[in-house]
Amino acid sequence: MSSTETNIDQFKSLIAEAKQQSESVRIRGSGSKDFYGVSLEGVVVNTKDFSGITEYDPTELVLTARSGTPLSVIEDALRENNQMLAFEPPHMGSEATFGGCIASGLSGPRRASQGAVRDFVLGVRLLNADGLDLQFGGKVMKNVAGFDVSRLIAGSFGTLGLILESSIKVLPKPECERTIFFDLDNQSAISKMNELAGMPIPLSGTCFVRNRLAARLSGSEIAVKVAHQKIGGEAHDEKDFWHSIREQSHPFFQSEGCLYRLSVNPTALRSEYPNELIEWNGSTRWIWDEGTLDKHQEFASQHGGHATVFRGNQPGDSINKMSRELHLLQKKIKTAMDPHGVFGRKRLFTEF
Amino acid sequence: MGHIERDLKEYPVASVDKGTLVREFLSFLSIESVKHKTEDLTPFECDGLTAYPQIPLVAVLPENEEQICQIMKLCNQFRVPIVFRGAGTGLSGGAIPYDQGVLLVLSKLKRIVHIDPVGRSAIVQPGVRNAAISEATKKHNLYYAPDPSSQIACSIGGNVAENSGGVHCLKYGLTVNNILKVRFVTIEGDVVEIGSEGLDSPGYDLLALITGSEGLLGVVTEVTVKLLPTPEKAQVIMASFDDVEKAGLAVADIIAAGIIPAGLEMMDKKAINAVEQFIGAGYPMDAAAMLLCESDGSIEEVNSEIKKTTEVLYKAGATDVTVSTDDAHRLKLWAGRKSAFPAVGRVLPDYFCMDGTIPRRTLPRVLKRIAEMEKTFNLQCANVFHAGDGNLHPLIMFDANEGNQLHRAELYGAAILELCVEVGGTITGEHGVGIEKINQMCIQFDNHELQTFLNLKLAFDPEGRLNPGKAVPTLNRCAEFGHMHVHRGEERFPDIPRF
Repeated sequence: MSSTETNIDQFKSLIAEAKQQSESVRIRGSGSKDFYGVSLEGVVVNTKDFSGITEYDPTELVLTARSGTPLSVIEDALRENNQMLAFEPPHMGSEATFGGCIASGLSGPRRASQGAVRDFVLGVRLLNADGLDLQFGGKVMKNVAGFDVSRLIAGSFGTLGLILESSIKVLPKPECERTIFFDLDNQSAISKMNELAGMPIPLSGTCFVRNRLAARLSGSEIAVKVAHQKIGGEAHDEKDFWHSIREQSHPFFQSEGCLYRLSVNPTALRSEYPNELIEWNGSTRWIWDEGTLDKHQEFASQHGGHATVFRGNQPGDSINKMSRELHLLQKKIKTAMDPHGVFGRKRLFTEF
Repeated sequence: MGHIERDLKEYPVASVDKGTLVREFLSFLSIESVKHKTEDLTPFECDGLTAYPQIPLVAVLPENEEQICQIMKLCNQFRVPIVFRGAGTGLSGGAIPYDQGVLLVLSKLKRIVHIDPVGRSAIVQPGVRNAAISEATKKHNLYYAPDPSSQIACSIGGNVAENSGGVHCLKYGLTVNNILKVRFVTIEGDVVEIGSEGLDSPGYDLLALITGSEGLLGVVTEVTVKLLPTPEKAQVIMASFDDVEKAGLAVADIIAAGIIPAGLEMMDKKAINAVEQFIGAGYPMDAAAMLLCESDGSIEEVNSEIKKTTEVLYKAGATDVTVSTDDAHRLKLWAGRKSAFPAVGRVLPDYFCMDGTIPRRTLPRVLKRIAEMEKTFNLQCANVFHAGDGNLHPLIMFDANEGNQLHRAELYGAAILELCVEVGGTITGEHGVGIEKINQMCIQFDNHELQTFLNLKLAFDPEGRLNPGKAVPTLNRCAEFGHMHVHRGEERFPDIPRF
């Protein structure tokens, strides 16, 4: 029996055991996203040893890897072929795994222009609570056969099943990148971001932090040059800037309390938080606050979105609020995929 | 394909007579909104898949979300099956009515509710035509990216239900990648907002689940779409090849050069000739295959990409490369591709358009097998191909009034879909399963995978009354269909009885 088969058998028996004991299974790669969620409950099933890129043909723009594969290994393999994960996944730890990247569904600065993890997931191989090895989606760019379970799995934080393998779309690395800075306050930065995002320029990231708006341009050398001329601003080679935003290693993120993440209409204005960090062309706001979730959710609701407690949540407390109808559908999905509540109990919701 | 007719025993029937149902509908809908006479129902007997017409019990054409909720509640109360229909352009039969059910037609909800030029989004009702969105947002230099070939007629509600693609998918994605939020009505008649005006929302990604769910989970009454800045310039290259395989390899070379074209299409000789005779797009009649490769972006970006692509194409053995001289020329070249289906429809009265997606590297093998099958089934097949993303559209031409041609065409189509699965692809890239490919679902997925789909379906629709008999086959159906799903070279579940 090969080691991967041994791994899968171990997963199956751990899941079966937990199910029998009515315990929860907590799927974990390196634990780099352990900070997120309502609470961490259950027996840890570690996927780190289930590792390796199983298929990668650069001209197909598709890569398939096992869940325990270090994200850095995948990024190295892509870099050798001048390609990248266009959603720029945050690692949040040096040993972050591919499975964790898909399961957390977190995306980096390029998200607004290129898409999120869920936009690039093409297929998943999933172990369900009955230990059945299931394949959804595939290894091709377009696939509408059956419900889109692979995208549903992206961002589900291990609560719907154990991801064994995923296939994702990859993209060529841009020939050239340049970051341009503008000195602005948060309100004018929001206007500027929306203005830039509405222009036909190769914008690949925007971030407002500490009275400075950074705009990244990516593309052919000439395209970047001309776009810079069009939008003005000063180019600085701050090599680690985008990395520090993606990884939350930027000084902004070194604080105490609760870190709220608001996903709202990109034009929403809010004057009482001049020190917020704004990303994704205005649609994502990061705020350190002692205030309650309700307050931020109220603002978010007024602007078509949601607030989430990203860091610093009191274990057991809800990390977001949603309508009764939406919550009901979420519960139905959970029950359909994991009827006995084996996976990731109370990771995303307080009740299940 | 192949024994497509639905086994009605498996699906629910209305627990109310037609007269009562019509009376109930008329209590809140106008006379013009309730169609129940055969002559009024005939226009709804099929969608873009014309081979299997069926008249519904009643068709209702609500004018607003409130009426839709009432219809859903009423049908739920009387346990009446419901099929949803937008513009009826779907190619997989997803909107073919159910004789024991209500057809809920969304064509009257055709208002663009709001355009937000600064935040770059638009709120539209489901009956709004795909192309109408870009027409309305043009003045703001914004557009809606997904552009299925039927975009002048198809509506956004149907696009969401089918997760429609188009020729610009490779660079700009499918419907699922270009919508932000929907208002969704459940079978119980409750309205749920799914998604947000931001880029994500907490919990499970229900927006992804609903997109492409083919009317099996509920109905969408409003869609917030993402708008993109109109590129400053777009230019298309037409490249001719004397060999299909060379054209296929050229596609891989373009990707390998780090280029993601805005559109990358391929057509074979039969398709080229049909199109050329139909609209005279200026296509090379003597070529074995041709590529259309579009670049868009800023002027400088396009200029440099066109130069780079042209070099790659010549190196890959293109016999001729033409670059569009202006926008009129560009649109003319695209018009040929976009009219490929009707053009083929002029060669013979009927055609089936297949929709498998394959790993691109298997293209030469797949095209060769499709050509060999022309002899097996004694029918002609023209090929158009979203080459950039591996999505094939073989067009099987036949005359349904001639002998057993319809049956042979069904078998031919089924064989092509099975071939796509065999080489590691999928039975449908963008047209959906509908009733057309329901049997091939049994080949692509095993019983446990299908059961997962059925569990999700039941979560929304416990009695299976939304679009019954479409998209996800019952396990019984697969057992009767008899083609076994083969998983890693072994037959699974040998203990399950087969018929």
